[in-house]
Amino acid sequence: MNTPRVCFTALLVGWFTLLSGAVAARTLDTIVIDQGGRNPIKIGVVPMRMDGTLASLVDPAEIVGNDLKFSGQFAPIARDNMLSMPARPEEVIFRDWRILGAEYVVVGQAAREPTGALAVTFFLFDVPGQRQIMTQKVTGRADQWRDIAHKVSDLVYEKITGVRGAFSTRIAYVLAQNEGTTRARYSIEMSDADGERSRTIYSSSEPLMSVSWSPDARKIAYVSFETRRPSIVVQDVTTLARERIAAFTGINSAPMFSPDGRQLAMVLSRDGNPEIYLMNLSDRTLRRLTRNPAIDTEPSWSPDGQRIIFTSDRGGKPQIYSLELATNFEERVTFQGDYNARARMLDDGNLVYVHRNAGIFHIAWQDMRRDRVVVLTRTNLDESPSVAPNGAMLMYATQARGKGILGVVSIDGSVKYELPSSSGDVREPAWSPFMEPLAGR
Amino acid sequence: MFTERLTSLIAIALVGLVLTGCAGKKSQPTDAGADTGSAAPTPTTTDSPPPADFGADGQPIDPRTGGPLNRTFYFDYDKSDLRPADLAVLEIHAQLLSRNTGKTVVIEGHCDERGTREYNLALGERRANAVKSFLTSAGVAASQAESVSYGEERAEDPGHDESAYSRNRRAIVTYR
Repeated sequence: MNTPRVCFTALLVGWFTLLSGAVAARTLDTIVIDQGGRNPIKIGVVPMRMDGTLASLVDPAEIVGNDLKFSGQFAPIARDNMLSMPARPEEVIFRDWRILGAEYVVVGQAAREPTGALAVTFFLFDVPGQRQIMTQKVTGRADQWRDIAHKVSDLVYEKITGVRGAFSTRIAYVLAQNEGTTRARYSIEMSDADGERSRTIYSSSEPLMSVSWSPDARKIAYVSFETRRPSIVVQDVTTLARERIAAFTGINSAPMFSPDGRQLAMVLSRDGNPEIYLMNLSDRTLRRLTRNPAIDTEPSWSPDGQRIIFTSDRGGKPQIYSLELATNFEERVTFQGDYNARARMLDDGNLVYVHRNAGIFHIAWQDMRRDRVVVLTRTNLDESPSVAPNGAMLMYATQARGKGILGVVSIDGSVKYELPSSSGDVREPAWSPFMEPLAGR
Repeated sequence: MFTERLTSLIAIALVGLVLTGCAGKKSQPTDAGADTGSAAPTPTTTDSPPPADFGADGQPIDPRTGGPLNRTFYFDYDKSDLRPADLAVLEIHAQLLSRNTGKTVVIEGHCDERGTREYNLALGERRANAVKSFLTSAGVAASQAESVSYGEERAEDPGHDESAYSRNRRAIVTYR
């Protein structure tokens, strides 16, 4: 799916606080970095008219406004600047929005249904064209309130940009506390893509790394040192049931689910040095893919499941290679920079990876057809790129002010956020596949 | 260089001979006054008993100094070659393990934080294996040494400068 070349300006500076109507603790904060140079779409996301019984819940318009702002492609109009606050189509005065330069306006209301379910009904208008272009009612339980709002964001985003919204997705990441002390604590955390509703999936006194989502978003695989050696664990994110599926001699690491969920690519050094294997998850049989004395690691899948992209230092330093599963044909893919590793392939066949130039590690994007490399990040010691399932945003790990934080950048590199945590160092982000929480997954 | 090595090896062999003549391979602290096992006087030229291989913590004693034998070996950035200055100590480890075949070691490999975590996990293993290969080439049974990599996950120094990094690029030999 190609990312549309929408022009926008990041107008935003300073702290971006999100009100939480939800229960769980917020592990990640958001700092917007002012980039400038592009024009985001001005949109009015009007405070919704809330039924009295819903007074304790956060206004969905706040969540929708934050989501759209987070994408970097929209500039929601501040409430203080709004000239009117319509909630129904007949209350919309287009002139009030044209004056503010809005291209779109979203209005709506929230109510409790006779069944007890909560419903948000919204209307989306094209302001210059002065017409309604979308309306929908989204329903759910009270504990799905934020999911309802994120669904509204997804629908509005897709209607306007043509790209599927990723606001209903989750992120998993590693939180490390008191590292280097006897009280060191590591945990796998999972939160909404906006950092809210974080919860601990697993906690350990030994390191954790390399989180990978199954394509149905029901499980994660990761590397745990709980046995004092790196082993691969698969865990159900709902039941929290865990299973150690690779604990051979040597390294067991870099797990990556295949696009069909049936296999796990992994790195095992049981045969003498790190090589890439595929494990069939139903019968646990292994297929070995690489055979050479170099380090072969960090496998990831092409979206069609036909190729493995991986890192190898067979040429002296780490570079990215591609292996075709049907033929075992391998070829090198990166030729710029003296260290390229940990690649992920986007739906359009292009790559993002960790790229070292002049000693500095950044995230780079490579156009595979035109062999063009673009550095996306300006932070330092950047690693672990993870792409949103709609290909529009990329999350990665970096350092700022002496601690590990997550960074978010739009795939064209123009919008940047930092996600630090007051709880400790955060790293190893993994963006979930598309999810439909209101449909039960 | 060769002569120095030969002399060291002969010295180690002599120490070894004396020690195997004494009671068992049990770790015990060096005790200046204790009789180490023989009832009849033996024709040695020294009055003090020979040093034990291992200290009270189960880790080896350096026969050259009587203090703890160095167990941490450092590496250059992006490299897994052993440093020439470390080879003499590694030979002492090899002799210790050859002499104490019931002893095993875990060799941990570590990296500094630069580069990707998974590649560093593999590089850490390479460093641990460099130590293990040296030991096995020197005659130690492969079953006595196990390599484990922690990559960059267990830094000795949490700093972000070259001084911290150089302390983190290491392999550590620990006797069990």
